[in-house]
Amino acid sequence: MLALEHVTKTFASGGAAEVKALDDLSLAIGDGDFVTVIGSNGAGKSTLLKAIVGLTQPEAGRVTLDGRDITRDPVHRRAGLFGRIAQDPNDSTCAGMTIEENLAMAAKRGQSRWLRRAVTSELRERFRGALAEIGLGLESRLDTRIGLLSGGQRQTIALLMATLAGPRLLLLDEHLAALDPKTAELVMALTDRLVGERRLTTLMITHNMADAIRWGNRLVMMHRGRIIFEAAGPAKARLTVSGLVAKFHEAGHIDLADDRMLLS
Amino acid sequence: MNLLQALASNTFEQGLLFAFLGFGVLLTFRFFRFPDLTAEGSYPLGGAVVAALLVAGFNPFAATFGAALAGAGAGILTALIHTRLRVNAIIAGIIVMTAVYSVNLRVMGRANTPLLSTRSVFGDIVAGLNAIGIPAVENAATNIAILSVFVVIVALLLAAFLRTDLGLAVRATGENETMIRALGVDTDWTKIVGLGLSNFLIALSGALVAQNHGFADIGMGIGILVTGAAAVLIGEAIFGDRTIGWWIAAALVGVLIYRLLVVLALYVGLQPTDLKLITAVLLLAALALPKLRGAR
Repeated sequence: MLALEHVTKTFASGGAAEVKALDDLSLAIGDGDFVTVIGSNGAGKSTLLKAIVGLTQPEAGRVTLDGRDITRDPVHRRAGLFGRIAQDPNDSTCAGMTIEENLAMAAKRGQSRWLRRAVTSELRERFRGALAEIGLGLESRLDTRIGLLSGGQRQTIALLMATLAGPRLLLLDEHLAALDPKTAELVMALTDRLVGERRLTTLMITHNMADAIRWGNRLVMMHRGRIIFEAAGPAKARLTVSGLVAKFHEAGHIDLADDRMLLS
Repeated sequence: MNLLQALASNTFEQGLLFAFLGFGVLLTFRFFRFPDLTAEGSYPLGGAVVAALLVAGFNPFAATFGAALAGAGAGILTALIHTRLRVNAIIAGIIVMTAVYSVNLRVMGRANTPLLSTRSVFGDIVAGLNAIGIPAVENAATNIAILSVFVVIVALLLAAFLRTDLGLAVRATGENETMIRALGVDTDWTKIVGLGLSNFLIALSGALVAQNHGFADIGMGIGILVTGAAAVLIGEAIFGDRTIGWWIAAALVGVLIYRLLVVLALYVGLQPTDLKLITAVLLLAALALPKLRGAR
């Protein structure tokens, strides 16, 4: 179980532009949970994720995994625990390296790397099988450089990379946002399938309310660094987009007109 | 020797000596995407250390290896300054390059060490061949053959390394540091490996050049990074951006073409003193031509 306990992170601390990206936030994610996170711009969604993986250090509170405090562990030392995909397909893959090289790097997530040949024939077979399941025809293009693929294909590879080494927690940071609707649908369906098959504990940040309702078993709504609404199980299943909008209004601080949250 | 032969031997012999330099610069300039100025120190450091060791009577192979290791040390120092003290990588290179200049003078005890009466890897290999009954004489053709074997071995080793788990991590460090850190790689370590290996190869070039030319000189490294970068870019312009084997082949072809262009420039009447100017123009051309071509 991953837990954030009273985590606070302030940017531009003390100045006029002080922003509390995370404000005494607590969240526990049980094994097997698929949590979707929604919130307006600047709600602290990405900071939440960064605090989990170690890209940002909270000034108060702690992050624990199975009771072990990992708040101060450097990114590379806790990397074995997390599979992460960012919004921009360029961020989660190496464009100048081939599909199989990228996958091989991900297969070694969190392990020591020495002078063993990275892409063995055994690994290559494994990659081929995993790619064939996806059905994009990428299994015959293992030695194609990632930079030559489309955004959707790159995000698909990123998804495979994130799940390949069996992470404790899969972190999706608006991983569909840069894709066209049809590709986004495909990548999301694949995400859900992989999460289901491998029973991955997942945290998915999205700005698409419909997606947040449709996927996962828990939903968390953030605003100004706090969780302002939460729903799980059957209660979550009954949520509607208009109902969520109302929740935002209830919270009393939403201006949907200049928000990029999608209501569709 | 006719003109063509002279041209060929001058291109290949000097070009192959620079091949290791090309490989080293490829690692930093292309994969790490910054011009590592440590090269300006590690190249003459290779020459200085090999000269000192040869004068002291060391075996030429051990001396050459020791010289390359000294270069690796300079590269590791740059990486440590960059990662631990958070100094910009280029500035870190300049600091080490400057410091190494004095080290080189200390190592040699003077600005120029002649190596005409000492042993060399080339001389030792010829002697070894003669001892097993193969008639060989120390000349340009023999040196080209010896260097070709060296270059092929080092190129294969380098290609193999860049396909290992660690090699992939080193390449990814230059390309997408955030990603490879998220995959659990300590990029401080991979930078140390990359810069160490790069300067190992560059110092190897310096050590072989010193033995081939018969002297080590404090000024031999001036502009060497530009030479390496020009070679890498020329190769890249011809081969394009492809897989790792192509990159290494491109660097090798790049140094040879670079040498050919220099030899031709000297042949049409430019003086050896114009060499740095020629090199600078070649680098500029290699940088600008692809852009001009793309603009059309």
